[in-house]
Amino acid sequence: MTADDILLSDLERDALTEIVNIGVSRAASNLRKMVGEQVLLSVPAIEIVSQPRAARLISEREETELVAVRQDFSGAFSGRALLIFPETKSLELVRAVTHDELSVEEVLEMEHEALAETGNVILNSCLATMANMLKRSLTMTIPEVIRGSGETLFEVIEAAPDASLVLFLYIDFTVRHRDIRGYIAMLMSLPSLAVLKELVGEFIEKVVGEDG
Amino acid sequence: MPVTVLIVDDSKLARIVATKALAELQPDWQRVEAGSAAQALEIMDSTPVDVALIDFNMTEKDGLELAAELREQHATLPIAIITANIQDEVVARARALDAAFVSKPVTAEGLQGFVSGTALRLRSRKV
Repeated sequence: MTADDILLSDLERDALTEIVNIGVSRAASNLRKMVGEQVLLSVPAIEIVSQPRAARLISEREETELVAVRQDFSGAFSGRALLIFPETKSLELVRAVTHDELSVEEVLEMEHEALAETGNVILNSCLATMANMLKRSLTMTIPEVIRGSGETLFEVIEAAPDASLVLFLYIDFTVRHRDIRGYIAMLMSLPSLAVLKELVGEFIEKVVGEDG
Repeated sequence: MPVTVLIVDDSKLARIVATKALAELQPDWQRVEAGSAAQALEIMDSTPVDVALIDFNMTEKDGLELAAELREQHATLPIAIITANIQDEVVARARALDAAFVSKPVTAEGLQGFVSGTALRLRSRKV
């Protein structure tokens, strides 16, 4: 399979951006409920790049190490979803989701599991909303907290040898009145992208059909 | 007799959040927490539980499997499945077990429908 087989048409790209947008907005509204402050989102960036390039897209924008909550998904299409923060922001997130009610020691103690649960809520709601819109079900793994550079976070998905291309989606978000920002990212291998392209086609047909 | 609610979630944070929302709606209800399906089953064996709030996404045994087991033993136990995984299939599976569906993050508002319905059911049963 080559990149030419799976290039998205303008309309498909537009529809996929919209689906991701709705999924991420749902996730942001959940994050807002958890931290009690408005969450601002960028427009989703959708790129077909090599896996190392995907890793660099995030890491070259960040000076510090990263912390991420990772969930793999499988079903009609499969891949990996990540909620990523610069390491310096993760404790502030934990403080926010526990409404500043915990002591410093408690925050440190809760950090790992609070990150995992926050990632679980954010990534699940985003992926589930997308799955519902595309009328396919996805199975999601239990969230895992990982730390390291961009390379560690985006370590090769087994189905995709590292020279191959991946669909890389990312959105950056910030939390108002809080020193919290990060990324929601999704990585899919090319076979998954081919299926996704088909499903997006069905979605477009349905939407256009309803109008006509 | 006070009402006892079993909260099952492998995340302590999630249990804190659910406890708070519940306390806002029904401050008199007593709460028992379990960090896994296995622990929940142990508690159910030894403690009379009136209501169960169960997280879906747990290691080993997920919340729907646990709910199915509880349903076999307790035909009328009010159960709510709690998850951010709002896929149609998950909602349908919860409904098939006669369980309510509450989306994460749990808020008093989101829990209200289930809790008021349950309070009514429990009251009518006790009369």
